[in-house]
Amino acid sequence: MGAGSLIALAIAALAFAGIALSISKLVLKASTNKQKGEPYECGVPTKGASRIQFNVGYYLFALIFLIFDVELVFLYPWAVVVKNVGWVALVEILIFFFILFLGLLYAHKKGALEWK
Amino acid sequence: MSFETLANWVHNWLYETLHPTVALLVEFAIVGVLIIGLFAVLGLVLVMMERKVSSWMQLRLGPNRIGPWGWFQTVADTLKLIVKEGMTPNNVDKLLFNMAPMLVIVVSMVIMAPIMFAKGIQIWDINIGVLFVAAVSSLSIIGVLMAGWASNNKYSLLGAMRSGAQIVSYELSAGLSILVIVVLTGSLKMSDIVMAQADGWWLFKGHVPAIIAFVIFIIAATAETNRAPFDLAEAESELTAGFHTEYSGMKFALFFLAEYVNIFVVCAIGATLFLGGWMPFHIGNWEGFNHVMDYIPSSVWFFGKTFLLIFVIMWFRWTFPRLRIDQLLSLEWKYLLPISMFNILLVTIIALAGWHF
Repeated sequence: MGAGSLIALAIAALAFAGIALSISKLVLKASTNKQKGEPYECGVPTKGASRIQFNVGYYLFALIFLIFDVELVFLYPWAVVVKNVGWVALVEILIFFFILFLGLLYAHKKGALEWK
Repeated sequence: MSFETLANWVHNWLYETLHPTVALLVEFAIVGVLIIGLFAVLGLVLVMMERKVSSWMQLRLGPNRIGPWGWFQTVADTLKLIVKEGMTPNNVDKLLFNMAPMLVIVVSMVIMAPIMFAKGIQIWDINIGVLFVAAVSSLSIIGVLMAGWASNNKYSLLGAMRSGAQIVSYELSAGLSILVIVVLTGSLKMSDIVMAQADGWWLFKGHVPAIIAFVIFIIAATAETNRAPFDLAEAESELTAGFHTEYSGMKFALFFLAEYVNIFVVCAIGATLFLGGWMPFHIGNWEGFNHVMDYIPSSVWFFGKTFLLIFVIMWFRWTFPRLRIDQLLSLEWKYLLPISMFNILLVTIIALAGWHF
């Protein structure tokens, strides 16, 4: 049905969400009190800012992911033609994987794959 | 009358009676309504299935009050969620907070486009189908991170960061195990992948690498949908509900629905790639056997395989204890990623030497 179907699906999703939200807006009885808007922390009053510092490890893994994800995108066109190209494709991907695997080993050696 | 002839009949009738542009718009409207219907039914059925499977695994009855065997429990739950107030707490980033559930639901609906539900029933047979699914599915993490950051809650923020690290990591091994099938088929198109399995599913035809890839895909799929044992992004005992702690009412329902639809989508992709999608169970050139199998409609095959995989993923939840974040990341980066990289090389050798069936 062509690329237009994606727009149709997105509109359908927004319509679904919009209808569901507006029906519940129409039906519900809202109430307010002083403590209702507080962040939920199991009943204990919140201390300090809620947007706290978090472990830098998440960034490290995001960086390594970025490298490997780009590699994955390169592999898709290769995978489609590998049967037509023949054994040369295997040699080429061996070189590619060798360099990549060195990178993974380096990250492992540096301790970037350990959660601290 | 099969779905395919019905769909073709509607298509032809629309184009004969209406102006082509109008006919196309009407078709889009029909597809939209059908997909919304599928969404609602999937949400109701999967939640019910989850609860029934859980109760069955734990030797208890599960929901059994509303309707026959409790089958209307989820309808009652939906009604309850509709009358609950979808509140916006103080100090949240209002725009992001309200946009996050919308984004998640849009992603899980757009991803339906290249899935083949039955023979000839597909919204858009895009020529990069598998890549499209991999690309769009990684968008949902943006919604999760938005929800976690906007919520102004420590639990939400930690849950979103965990979820981000987890989904991002397991996407690699999921992508690499998808590539195994792409190497064997030589095409990214969903219809080509299904047709390539006309004489047997890749799980059986593809030798050892296909089996390894299938196992890795199931593990990665469980992790990508934040299901137990990889549910530490919304671990109840640690973070109450993770990134959707502050959500309530219909906004929460949208997250919940998107989560279950994502399970369906991931299992549908797994069924299409490894178990032949709508293709009946065929064995090489056993003509008689294949003819008997063809009598079962293609939609039954597709949904049967998909729900089998969904059942397996639900089974995991009651079998394995939850992982810690360091165990989760080392499982991916030290085991699954190197294994799937070598698996790609192995499948290349097998595909080039013609050792697969």
